[in-house]
Amino acid sequence: MHIRRMGESALLAEVPDARAAVELYGRLRVDTPEWVVELVPAACTVLLVFDCERIGASQAGAWLAATAAWARGARSTSRHESEPPAPASVAADPRTRSGAVSPSEPVEILARYDGPDLGEVAALLGIGVDEVVHRHTGQLWTSAFIGFAPGFAYLMGEHEPLTVPRRETPRTAVPAGSIALAAGFCGIYPRASPGGWHLIGTTEARLWDVGRAQPALLAPGTRVRFVRER
Amino acid sequence: MSGEAWVTAGLGPGGLAGFEVVASGALTLLQDAGRPGYAHLGVTTSGAADRGAYAAANRLVGNRPGAACLEVTFGGLRMRALRTAFVAVTGAPATVLVHRARASAAPFESPSGYAFTLFAGDVMEVAAPTEGLRNYLAVRGGFAAEPVLGSRSADVLSGLGPAPLEAGDILSVSVEAADWPPDAFIPPLLPNAGPVRLRLTRGPRDDWFGDRGWRALLDSLWTVSADSNRVGVRVSPSEGGVGLRRAPGYDGELPSEGMVAGAVQVPPSGHPVLFLRDHPVTGGYPVIGVLTEAAVDRAAQLRPGDDVRFIETRR
Repeated sequence: MHIRRMGESALLAEVPDARAAVELYGRLRVDTPEWVVELVPAACTVLLVFDCERIGASQAGAWLAATAAWARGARSTSRHESEPPAPASVAADPRTRSGAVSPSEPVEILARYDGPDLGEVAALLGIGVDEVVHRHTGQLWTSAFIGFAPGFAYLMGEHEPLTVPRRETPRTAVPAGSIALAAGFCGIYPRASPGGWHLIGTTEARLWDVGRAQPALLAPGTRVRFVRER
Repeated sequence: MSGEAWVTAGLGPGGLAGFEVVASGALTLLQDAGRPGYAHLGVTTSGAADRGAYAAANRLVGNRPGAACLEVTFGGLRMRALRTAFVAVTGAPATVLVHRARASAAPFESPSGYAFTLFAGDVMEVAAPTEGLRNYLAVRGGFAAEPVLGSRSADVLSGLGPAPLEAGDILSVSVEAADWPPDAFIPPLLPNAGPVRLRLTRGPRDDWFGDRGWRALLDSLWTVSADSNRVGVRVSPSEGGVGLRRAPGYDGELPSEGMVAGAVQVPPSGHPVLFLRDHPVTGGYPVIGVLTEAAVDRAAQLRPGDDVRFIETRR
């Protein structure tokens, strides 16, 4: 992992891919010191914004590096052998501070496979429409990061058999609830907006609601399963 | 990307009707210290574009830090007081005019940087600034509005928070304030003598432009473009200059990554964009450098046509 400075109060951690980014993000959310202002996972980075009046960049970077090292260790060894590093300023017990990432049951999204690009996606992949639906419902997806609009999650599949490019011509209006594919990700439009992804279906799930305690249904790290609506 | 999430400004919780908007000016928004902590959900921090001027306005009327103010873009705001109110205007150098309701009272004129009292019926106007772009109008107690994700800031990128002010709106004022005002007056910005100097640190993606690109950023004179807003300020090379060129081998695409206010992002045109408070949470163009906090405030006061120089600061 490489760490780059990003101004007076942010660090950018570079990791190989989106999976590594959301994994690091999950670790950083387990025991987050109070001087952390933002943690933002993306395609192959995690941005850490810190309160520069409370901590220096080198200490913030040390916490980032130590947490990343522990995350790598946790992958290769069994759980209870690898303890998180305990920086002086935070409690050593990760359970004392609430983390946003929990290994709870996947969110189920009821989907109608009625998108205008379903046939084109099938043609691009050289498979039938039913097989597209089968592959979409047949795997577990994970929210890697959010971008583009509040609540718009980039969902990674367990395997990558549904990788299609963006549409050559973006649409000026995509309806809210559209389920779409592009660039190896699946996304659901939280509200009507322009968009360049291939639309394969629709859902009535509320992806974004500022009135909820968790405004985004698919916060980074959330696992998702699509269920075909009958 | 706008519309449904806007909530109407006006009578907020626990407030008293304080003002009627007579004219909104080009763009007047409610702003506070923003909504940090939601970037991972796609929500940018937002909040007052010039944090220093915003905090100063609240200090002048003895508000708690974080109270909501009006952010007036290039003047034109006129509003009528519906009750006695202690107000202050800070930010860009501008004249504040008060037409008193009582026929025998003389009109009152003040530069920005002072606090004064309005009585019911008085009409105050914030004129277009002589330099700079944004003024902050605080009222003792703070403007009241329904918070969205803990903030009363209008985020123009995602449409969260109160709608822009319109003529006829009734603005309500909260009754929570702090103690005596800690400041009596805030000195205005010094006039520009030559280009505005913005300090920045190098990176994180300066390697995309190499030493030559970094020198070109610092050595060139840049001019603020008209298509600038709370999301970002665009600059282009002044008289005959050229945009920044990428270093050899860096012609691919950068995967989207997290952004911060002050990030100087360089799109393929080579004309930098300086991100302000409503910046997108992620972006896919390389960030050559990041403005200091003070420089972000100064950038928020840039107006189209202003000349800019970038100065490297070491951390």
